[in-house]
Amino acid sequence: MFGNLSRNDWLLFAGFSIAVLTAPVILQPLGAAYPAILEKFCIFGIFALGFNILFGLTGYLSFGHAAFIGVGSYAAVWMFKLLTMNVLPAIIFGMVMAGFFAVVIGYVSLRRSGIYFSILTLAFAQMCYNTAYSVLTPLTNGETGLQLTLRDPRIVDAMFITPGSGLPRASLFGLDISGGGFAGFYFCAVALIVCFFLSMRIFRSPFGMMLRAIKSNQHRMRYTGFNTRPYLLSAFVISGVYAGLAGSLMAATDPLAGAERMQWTASGEVVLMTILGGVGTLVGPVLGAVVIKYFENIFSSFSERTLHGVLGFLPDGIENAVVEVLSLFVGDGWNLTLGAVFMLIVIFLPGGIMEGIRRIMGMFGKGGRGDRPAVANQAQAAE
Amino acid sequence: MSIQNIVLHVADVSKRFGGLHALTDVDLQVAEGEVHAIIGPNGAGKSTLLNVCIGRIRPDHGHVIFDGETLDRHEPHEINQLGVSRVFQTPEIFSDLSLLDNVMIPAFARRDGAFRFNAIRAVAGEGDIREAAEYHLQDVGLFERRLDEAGSLSRGDKRRLELAMCLIQKPKLLLLDEPTAGMSRHDTNMTIELLKRIKARGMTKVIIEHDMHVVFSLADRISVLAQGKVIAGGSPEEVRGNPRVREAYLGEAQE
Amino acid sequence: MDAIILQILNGLDKGGAYALIALGLTLVFGTLGVVNFAHGALFMMGAFCAVAFNELLTLETVTVDPTQTTAWGTAVEIRTPYIEAWLGDFGHFLLDYSVPASILLAIPVMLVVGVAMERGLIRHFYKRPHSDQILVTFGLAIVIQEIIKHFFGANPIPQPAPAAFSGTASVGQLIGLGNAIPYPWWRLIYLLFSLTVIGSVFAFLRYTTYGMVVRAGMRDRETVGLLGINIEQRFTVVFGLAAVVAGVAGVMYTPILPPDYHLGMEFLVLSFVVVVVGGMGSLAGAVAAGFLLGILQSFASMNEVKNIVPGIDQIIIYLVAVVVLLVRPRGLMGRSGVMEE
Repeated sequence: MFGNLSRNDWLLFAGFSIAVLTAPVILQPLGAAYPAILEKFCIFGIFALGFNILFGLTGYLSFGHAAFIGVGSYAAVWMFKLLTMNVLPAIIFGMVMAGFFAVVIGYVSLRRSGIYFSILTLAFAQMCYNTAYSVLTPLTNGETGLQLTLRDPRIVDAMFITPGSGLPRASLFGLDISGGGFAGFYFCAVALIVCFFLSMRIFRSPFGMMLRAIKSNQHRMRYTGFNTRPYLLSAFVISGVYAGLAGSLMAATDPLAGAERMQWTASGEVVLMTILGGVGTLVGPVLGAVVIKYFENIFSSFSERTLHGVLGFLPDGIENAVVEVLSLFVGDGWNLTLGAVFMLIVIFLPGGIMEGIRRIMGMFGKGGRGDRPAVANQAQAAE
Repeated sequence: MSIQNIVLHVADVSKRFGGLHALTDVDLQVAEGEVHAIIGPNGAGKSTLLNVCIGRIRPDHGHVIFDGETLDRHEPHEINQLGVSRVFQTPEIFSDLSLLDNVMIPAFARRDGAFRFNAIRAVAGEGDIREAAEYHLQDVGLFERRLDEAGSLSRGDKRRLELAMCLIQKPKLLLLDEPTAGMSRHDTNMTIELLKRIKARGMTKVIIEHDMHVVFSLADRISVLAQGKVIAGGSPEEVRGNPRVREAYLGEAQE
Repeated sequence: MDAIILQILNGLDKGGAYALIALGLTLVFGTLGVVNFAHGALFMMGAFCAVAFNELLTLETVTVDPTQTTAWGTAVEIRTPYIEAWLGDFGHFLLDYSVPASILLAIPVMLVVGVAMERGLIRHFYKRPHSDQILVTFGLAIVIQEIIKHFFGANPIPQPAPAAFSGTASVGQLIGLGNAIPYPWWRLIYLLFSLTVIGSVFAFLRYTTYGMVVRAGMRDRETVGLLGINIEQRFTVVFGLAAVVAGVAGVMYTPILPPDYHLGMEFLVLSFVVVVVGGMGSLAGAVAAGFLLGILQSFASMNEVKNIVPGIDQIIIYLVAVVVLLVRPRGLMGRSGVMEE
C-alpha cells in the first residue's frame, strides 16, 4: 500500500501535509488563521480533489457534482439526529449514500460522453435539488434546511449519556468538532491529507494511467482491449464519495444541511476551483479551492467604505471613480469577480495556477521537465 | 491446408450503407502464420472489411469467425482480448501521453484483462511491463524518444508507435490498414524491414495496402476486392497473372 | 376535454419561450460548433431591455398643486411621466405598450451585444475543446447576470401587459367549446409572437441565399469554407440573429414572468434539455421539443397528476431528457453522432 512511490512523491506528500497542518500559523499574516475558514479550505479542497479525479484524469466534465455534497450533508445530519453525535458514523454514512447516488447517476450518465454527459449530470443534480425542495421535504425539511432539534431520538447517545440542555455538538469521542475550535479544523485537515494521499496513489497507479488514456483516446482504449465503462464509473464513484465526504464534513463542523448546497452554481464553483488550480495536477485543485474560498471571504466583507479607506490617498475624483468600479466586484459582487476570473483563466491560462507556476519556473533556469505534465509524471515515476 | 489452421474466417459477410453495397458475400479464410494481403481500388470495401473484423461495424449477413469463435455479439474490447489487434489508417495513439506510456497501456490490457481496478500499485512498480514496453520501442526504433509526447512524432513514427502498441499484445491476428500510406520512401522501406522482421515471428497478419512493392515483398496470399466482392485470390504469382485483377486494379495502379 | 385543452394552452406559451431560446442555441451550435452557456443570459438581457425601457418611460416630473393639501398640511405632489407631459395621449399609449415597444430597443441592443460577443470572445474558441467553450461562456453568463443584478437589484420586476391584453380570452368560445377555457390574452399573444418569430427565422434560412449558406454550413462546414464564402462574417451574423431571437423572446415574456437576474440560468438549463431532446443541431427538433416539453410540464403540474406521482412537475423535463438521451441519443430529430467525442 505504501510502497512504490518515488522520492519526489514522498517529498510532495510530506510538504503538503506539513503545509496543511501548520496552516493556522502560515496563514496568520493573511488573516485566514481562524478555524471556520480553515475548515472551509479543507472541505472544498477535498471536494475539488475528488472532482479532479473525474475531470482531470478522464476529461468528463460533470456539472452536477454538488448533488453529492448535498446527499452527504443530509445523510450525515440524519445520523446525528437518529444515532449519535459522534462524527464517524455520520461521515461513513454520508460517504456511503453519496457513493450509492454516484453509482446510479454515473451508471446512467456515463452511457454518453462529451456535452451530453455534462447535461445528464446537470439534469440529475437539478432533479435532486428540485425534489429536495418539494416532495422530499420530510427528509430534507425543505427551504428551512435539516437541523438538529432537542426532540431527536439519538438512540445510541441516549443509551449512554443523559442529554444536557441545549443542542448537542458533533464530536469525535469527546473531541469537540462543531464548536468552532481548532479540533474541527484538525479533523478536516487529517481527512484532507488522507484524501490527498489516496488521490496521489490513483494518479501514479495503472488505474490512473488508464483514465488518462481514456481522456486521450477512448477509441484506442476500446480497440486495445479495455472495457472503458467500469473505469469511468469507478472514477465517477470515487469522486462522488470524495464529494460525499466533503458534504458530511460540512455537516460535522456545522450540523445542518440545506438544498442550496446542491444548486448548480455550487457545481460550477468546484469546476472553477479545479481549473483555477490546474486540471489534472495533484496540488492544483486544493490550491484553487483555497484561493477561491479565501478571496470569497475577503471580497465579500469589503464594502464601499472600506474601499474608500484603502484608496484614500487618491485624489477625490479618481477615488470615487475607482471605488465605483471596484464596488461592482466586492461585497455582493463577489460572484461577478468569480465569473470574470473564470473567463480570464479559461482564456489566458487554461492550465491554471500550476501552469503559471511552471511557466515562471521555466523562465528561470531550465525547468524543462515541467513543460508537459503527463510526460513529466512518467519521467518521475520512472526514476 | 487443414481446417484447424484457419485463424480468421470471414463467412459470406454482406454490409450495406443505405444504397451502397459496401461488402457483398465476402468469403475469406486466413491461415495461421500467413501474411494475407487485401488489395483493391479505392472504395472496394477493404476498410469496411477490417472494421467488421474488429467489431466496429456489424455485418448485415454472415459471420466473422476468429479462432473458432463467432464474433457476432462481441464488443470491440472483447475481440481484442481474444487476440486481434489493429493498426488504423490514421494513427490512433494517445497523443498527450509519453511513448513509453503508449506502449505500456496495451501491455496492461493483455495482463490485466478488460478491467481491473489496479489503483494500489504504482506504475513505477510494474518493472516487467516497463521492460517489455522498452523492448518493443527498441524494436520499432523509437527507444530514444520514449519520454517524448506521442503527439510530437512524425506521421511515420506514429504508425510505428502504433505498431509497437499492437505487437506488445502478442496478438494471434494483427490487422494492418495501409501501414505505409503517406510515408516517405525512406519511412516505407523502414516499415517494410520492420514488417519482415515480425513476419519471421510467425504472427498471422492481414494487411491492406495500395503499394504493390510492399504487398509483393510481404504477402503469402493475396485477396483482391473490387466493389465489395472478392474477385480473385491466391499466391502473389497467381494474382499477378490473373487477367481480371489486371483489369480491375493492377492496370490502373501501374499507370 | 376542457381541462386537457387548457393544459395544452398553458404549456404552449412556455414552450414558445423554450423553443425560441433553443432555436438560437442549436443554430449557434450547428453553424459555429460552439456550445454557448451564456445563451440564457441573452434571454435575460432581452427581458431587462423591457425593464429599462419601461423605467425610462416612467421617469416622472413632479408638480406641486398649491390648491390642495394633504392631511399633514403639505402640498399635494402630482407625478406625471415626462412622456405623458410631452406627448399627451400618445405618450400614455406608448407607456401602456411599453413591453411590445421595447422590442424596438431590444433588437439593436441585442444585435450589438451578440456581434460583440462573437467577435470578442466566441470567435477565439472555435478551435478549443467543447469543455473550454462551456467553461468560458459559463463564466460570461455569471458576469452578465451579476452586472444586471448590480443595476436592477435582486428582486423580480413585474412588467404590465398593455391594458387591452391584460384580461382573459375565452378561447373556448373561439373554437366552439363553450366558455370553460379561460386563457390570459397575453399568453395567446406570446404564442402567436413566438410562432411568428420561428416562422421568420425558418423563412430567412430557407428562402434567402444567406440562409442557404448557413444551412449548408450546418451540414458540412468545411466544404462551405472551401467554396470561398466568407464564413466568418456569416458566423457573426448567425450569432447576432440568435442573440436577437433570444432577446425578443425575453422582452415579450416579461408580463408572464417578472424577470430577475437569474432568469437566464433557469431557462438556459431547460433550453439545453430542449435542444438535446430535439436533437443537437436540428432546428425543427428544437422547436418541436420546446413546445412538447412545455406542454408536458404543464400536464405534470396538474393536481390530478401530482397526486399520483408527487413532485413530478419539478423533475419531468429532466426525466424526459434522461430517457431520451438513453433511448435515442441523437434526440427526436437530430443526426446521429453529433458531438459525441
